Amino acid sequence: MQVILLRRTMGFVLTLIAVSVIVFAVMNVLPGDPAITILGIDSTEDARAALRAELGLDRPVWLRYLDWVWHAAQGDFGTSYFFRVPVTELITERLPLTLSLALAGMTVTVVVGITLGMIAAARHGTFGDWAIMLFSQMGIAVPAFWLSILLVLLFAVGLRWLPPGGFPGWDEPLLAARSLILPTTALALVQSAVLARVTRSSALEVMRLDFVRTARATGLSRWRVLRRHILPNALVPIVTIVGMQVAAVVTGTIVIENVFYLPGLGRLIFQSIANRDLFTVQALVVLFAAIVVTANFLVDIAYVLIDPRLKGRMT
Amino acid sequence: MIEANDITVRFGTAEALRGINLTLSPGQRLGIVGESGSGKSMLGLSLMGMLPDAAGMSGQIRIDGTDMTGAKIASWRAIRARKVAMIFQEPLAALNPLRRVGNTVMEPLRQHLGHSKDAARARVLQLFEETGIQDPVAKFRQFPHELSGGQRQRVLISLALACNPKVLIADEPTTALDAHVALRITDLLVRLAEERGMALVFISHDLAAVARTAQDIAVMYGGEIVERGPVHAVLSSPHHPYTQGLLLARPALGAGHLRERLPVIPGTVPAMRDLAVGCRFSGRCAVELPHCATERPASRPVGAHHDAACHRIGAAT
Repeated sequence: MQVILLRRTMGFVLTLIAVSVIVFAVMNVLPGDPAITILGIDSTEDARAALRAELGLDRPVWLRYLDWVWHAAQGDFGTSYFFRVPVTELITERLPLTLSLALAGMTVTVVVGITLGMIAAARHGTFGDWAIMLFSQMGIAVPAFWLSILLVLLFAVGLRWLPPGGFPGWDEPLLAARSLILPTTALALVQSAVLARVTRSSALEVMRLDFVRTARATGLSRWRVLRRHILPNALVPIVTIVGMQVAAVVTGTIVIENVFYLPGLGRLIFQSIANRDLFTVQALVVLFAAIVVTANFLVDIAYVLIDPRLKGRMT
Repeated sequence: MIEANDITVRFGTAEALRGINLTLSPGQRLGIVGESGSGKSMLGLSLMGMLPDAAGMSGQIRIDGTDMTGAKIASWRAIRARKVAMIFQEPLAALNPLRRVGNTVMEPLRQHLGHSKDAARARVLQLFEETGIQDPVAKFRQFPHELSGGQRQRVLISLALACNPKVLIADEPTTALDAHVALRITDLLVRLAEERGMALVFISHDLAAVARTAQDIAVMYGGEIVERGPVHAVLSSPHHPYTQGLLLARPALGAGHLRERLPVIPGTVPAMRDLAVGCRFSGRCAVELPHCATERPASRPVGAHHDAACHRIGAAT
């Protein structure tokens, strides 16, 4: 177990290093100059050069990278070129919003996706199954940003039940939650459609197995067989997909926060890329990567918790 | 215990079972033999109300005084485990791989009999003891893949017995097991049936296992019972040509026999929809009469409690 943990941690660190190198390189290759973005296109070349020197942009790329790593390792992710505040501060301000959105999105995805998938499997071949699969096919086909716009048109512009976008801040929790309903729906709908399909096919596979017949022969109710015998055995593929969906939901916040004008990390990363705000982008990408790698690690732990036969076979 | 009258199971126009009659009294042990495809498993499932959705069943069934004729799934669920229980062929596959075997056996006790956790646990240990599982306390916490084949089958028997059923249907319970383990399991089933006064339906393609387990034997072919009677009578003087063929096709132990080719029944079991309208065995039968393929032979007594369904019986013999 300790060996596994050590190997995992090393993989974690290596992934983050690789990600940060790539981001650094890409941001340098991309056209655009932070000095121009900050000072405007009317600025003089002297002023820009002075600013570049001040930001340390006149030094070679590799030196700047090493410098960044050195400070990042100590928890200092640099100062945003654009906002002129420490990156850490930018992130901690916006983290709660994105985290809430992502968590709500994942919760809805898991609950709705697994429930619909199990219902479809239980009603295999009936109208209910057919209707759920049609919904999920549509869910998979629709892009999230387009769905967001439709949701806004219907529930905000048309019915006026919910705000079309923006965020009132956490001082009013109810209002805050209200403004997250549409973004969460937009984020979770596609993912739950995917999960419903995976759940259905996995459950159908399990239903054919002998122990399900044993459970039925024991006189257990249909619901109990479904929940206590079929679902746990169908979980391994489901958990695999859920792990991948964490990545999809975290990156999905970039699109959703922009459509709904939510001041979260997704919107921040979008702005920072546009502004060539290297340090902010760097920190955010590393943070997103860390979340995804952690999710994958949790999935691997979940496998062993689900299936006792896998114990000792984990690598 | 069980009274089944004229049970017929259809898949579309094909008949998987035709006109099965069956009576079992408490403690009686009935063996059902036949090749794969003879309908013996289908018969077991029909007594549990567990036929596939596509199957249509007719006929009357009474189980322990309850009329199950045309019963809905909910009524079947109410008697499963409590009146009639079933064990299956492949014990590893038949156990939920993610649950400790103790919890699996506890489930019907908690669900059907409303036992508390502690009471159910105590009862499971008792059942494990009764079915000859060694070190029940340790086994309780183990997963199916950690047990041996024989132990797994004992766990399944414990599960089936949990709610004290009046009838136990064992569908090929020993087929997947080693020969010596299989013997112990059949002996266990006999002992349990005797001690509990429980009727046992022992389904197997293995004549020797059936002979060891059952008092009476029913031979199935093409979805029908073609011959039935006390084990020794049927085995020593088989009257139906199919039973005769089945007995001849068994390897006999002893010098001189080893190099001989075993006689076989010519042909294979036809597909359900290709079965003859008359005697199901016509087409493969060595002593077939002209009207065998079209006229269904009635079951006729050929000895004490021994009868067979063949046009040859009572005719020119």
